[in-house]
Amino acid sequence: MHDKTQLKAEAKSVLDGLKGKTLSNKDRMAIPVQDMPCQEAAIRAGNMEEVAIGYSEEQARVEAYRCLQCKNAPCISGCPVSIDIPGFLRLSAEGDFTGAADVIRKTNLLPAICGRVCPQEKQCQLVCTLGKALKSVDKAVQIGRVERYIADRERTSGQSPIPEIAAPTGKRVAVVGAGPAGMTVAADVRREGHEVVIFEAFQKPGGVMVYGIPEFRLPKAIVSEEADKLRAMGVKFELNTLIGRTIPLETLFKEDGFDAVFIGVGAGLPKFMNIPGENYVGVFSANEYLTRANLMRAWDQKRAATPIYHSKRVAVLGGGNVAMDSARMALRLGAEEVHVLYRRTREEMPARAEEVEHAMEEGIIFDFLSSPTEILGNEKGRVTGLRVLSYELGQADASGRRSPVAIKGSEQDVAFDTVIVAIGNDSNPLLAKTTKGLAVDKRGQVLVDENQKTSLDAVWAGGDIVLGAATVILAMGEGRRAAAAINRYLI
Amino acid sequence: MNKIIAKERLSQEVFRIELEAPHIARERKAGQFVIVQTDVDFGERIPLTIADADTAKGSITLIFQAVGVSTHRLAELEPGAYIEAVLGPLGNPTHIENYGHAVCVGGGIGVAPMHPIAQALKAAGNKLTVIIGARNKELVILEKEMRAIADELIIVTDDGSYGRKALVTEPLKELCEAEPKPDLAVTIGPPIMMKFCAETTRPYKVKTFASLNTIMIDGTGMCGGCRVTVGGKTRFVCVDGPEFDAHEVDWNGMLLRLGAYKPLEDAAHKELHESGQCRLDALADAVMAKAGLGKSGGAS
Ligand SMILES: Cc1cc2nc3c(=O)[nH]c(=O)nc-3n(C[C@H](O)[C@H](O)[C@H](O)COP(=O)(O)OP(=O)(O)OC[C@H]3O[C@@H](n4cnc5c(N)ncnc54)[C@H](O)[C@@H]3O)c2cc1C
Ligand code: SF4
Ligand code: FES
Repeated sequence: MHDKTQLKAEAKSVLDGLKGKTLSNKDRMAIPVQDMPCQEAAIRAGNMEEVAIGYSEEQARVEAYRCLQCKNAPCISGCPVSIDIPGFLRLSAEGDFTGAADVIRKTNLLPAICGRVCPQEKQCQLVCTLGKALKSVDKAVQIGRVERYIADRERTSGQSPIPEIAAPTGKRVAVVGAGPAGMTVAADVRREGHEVVIFEAFQKPGGVMVYGIPEFRLPKAIVSEEADKLRAMGVKFELNTLIGRTIPLETLFKEDGFDAVFIGVGAGLPKFMNIPGENYVGVFSANEYLTRANLMRAWDQKRAATPIYHSKRVAVLGGGNVAMDSARMALRLGAEEVHVLYRRTREEMPARAEEVEHAMEEGIIFDFLSSPTEILGNEKGRVTGLRVLSYELGQADASGRRSPVAIKGSEQDVAFDTVIVAIGNDSNPLLAKTTKGLAVDKRGQVLVDENQKTSLDAVWAGGDIVLGAATVILAMGEGRRAAAAINRYLI
Repeated sequence: MNKIIAKERLSQEVFRIELEAPHIARERKAGQFVIVQTDVDFGERIPLTIADADTAKGSITLIFQAVGVSTHRLAELEPGAYIEAVLGPLGNPTHIENYGHAVCVGGGIGVAPMHPIAQALKAAGNKLTVIIGARNKELVILEKEMRAIADELIIVTDDGSYGRKALVTEPLKELCEAEPKPDLAVTIGPPIMMKFCAETTRPYKVKTFASLNTIMIDGTGMCGGCRVTVGGKTRFVCVDGPEFDAHEVDWNGMLLRLGAYKPLEDAAHKELHESGQCRLDALADAVMAKAGLGKSGGAS
């Protein structure tokens, strides 16, 4: 059920029934899970607008009423930034959404974004007592959806408070990279009265949130509102500036007078399969495909100067969010048939559950237990298909994970004109290469201590460049820790 | 936002602009490039080699050919106007040392990025031979600048309207056959020309660098759109290059990849002219009229 009006009406009648009652746990457990209103699959596959429309006030309150207000609140420890979840749910149930927003803001700076893109079913909702009691993670309190409602309500009210800024300290902090890690550091450090400049290579702030995650999942207006909020706090942006090339990191200290630097440059080095045919025309990294479509707005083909490949049959390789986004973007750009090839099965897919579900509804075809051994092409160097090998799940190993085993002789050639490689990102080596003394591990990830401090004096790092390709919330969590350390250092 | 402080039309379709970019001017070295965007919302990211820089003024010089919609938009900007985004310097600087005798082969617009490299090679003590190739006399650029630094300057045109009527590979081959043969060749120009330069020097085992101009998006190693096969390995031109051993480059693969969007680009370019949107056409017509010539038929 996805219809907004109907869902709202149903929620209203549930809410009326709850009025004036003191709810027992049993009562709460009986309240139905609130579905997310969505655009119809057939319609949304042809537009770029947001798929999930968001709860109505009634739905948000009903969903919040489902929370059992557990004393031990396992959900809080499931949350990477330890939001007081029962706290904001209690206020939401009562209809005090301003109070709820204040609770969230104490630990989460980007709730409108996290409410949309966090893998809740693997974090707070995974450990939710209600889900456990009802024997399904799908029946846990829909914490992320309520969080999104609270954040959107505040956003659209035009009354998002601008945090107070302490008196100027005369200290200057440079933040490298305007992704979620860098934006978080900027906010937390600026609040203490330090001057903050964010240096960003791209023409727009947001990192993966603008170039990778598509509009239909995270409207770009939300990301730019967050950047505007930072500007209102007095944070300066130096866009189109590649630290390590435009300004070497050392120069930030030596000539530009910065007292501390945070590195939040993200992962940003696309992995390829290393199979024959990968350089044929029509083979793209997900980063390239999505950057063309999102940041360069190639989906708006009338207005954008950046071209996008015209595809009919698309194969997407991978099983994470990046793969889901690529597949669904290809569909929206006019592909007739889009396949996702994944070496394991649906259970092992690292993508957010909701995205996999949405992709299936939209008609993306999932070829599980299969992976190509070769990309086929014609004399013009264009992709004509894939040689696909089938797999089966083998015995569980010590960790209980069943790894895929190739089935000998199962290769088949399947026709495709486009292949999008979406198997993740490694660390971009540029900054490490151009910065003497910055210690990285063999995969190029910046090494940090428990306070996110790097091997260099007065330099901290966090987010994907430290964790490898991870999540928005983990990047934010690392940013908060680094900011706290920077603030202590600058006293 | 970078302000254009000077602009000059070098030939019908080739422009030189000087723009404010103090950080880039300070850091750039021969062989590096920038990515330019005239419109940060809908514009394309255009990679252009830095032709020159003035650290005192805090400016860089770019030379480009108005070949597609995006370069047309750039060519339409006049001094005082701002380019919305300029990112750089990108790529690795050319490795400069005293090789002995260096031959620089620049074709068409490729002469522009060659100039700072030739300058640096000369400054490092190399004997410098420069070969400039162009379709016709009108398209020969930077002759004066190259003459000022080269020990020998050879100009060839396809139609013989200026210099020798030949392809650049002819004098290059002669140089390789001479005793002693050159110690280094550097080639920048259309990919097909660079490919044939590589084939020309290969039998003589003259070390040859080519500066590749692939399709690019970010220019920072994030997308892989610029990848080429070099020595059997996939390399990203924007961060691993732009210069590679020309004898190791998979030229055919690169040529195919360059054509990926050709039909789309041609259609967009055609529409630009046919819809009468191209202000360069009008400008070109005005120039031609002044010179007592006919209608230009479009800048390119
Ligand atoms: C397609 C896609 C879908 C995703 N979906 C989800 C999802 O649903 N949920 C989720 O939680 N996570 C998702 N992720 C992962 C998530 O986006 C990242 O983990 C997160 O953005 C990392 O944040 P960050 O701040 O570390 O880096 P990034 O967001 O990568 O930002 C780094 C920024 O630094 C800039 N930069 C790089 N080098 C330099 C330099 N030298 N100088 C200046 N600037 C530089 C980059 O241009 C970039 O803007 C997804 C990722 C992708 C690619
Ligand atoms: S675990 Fe679930 S039910 Fe318990 S407090 Fe958290 S959200 Fe509420
Ligand atoms: S242009 Fe994107 S990696 Fe080189």
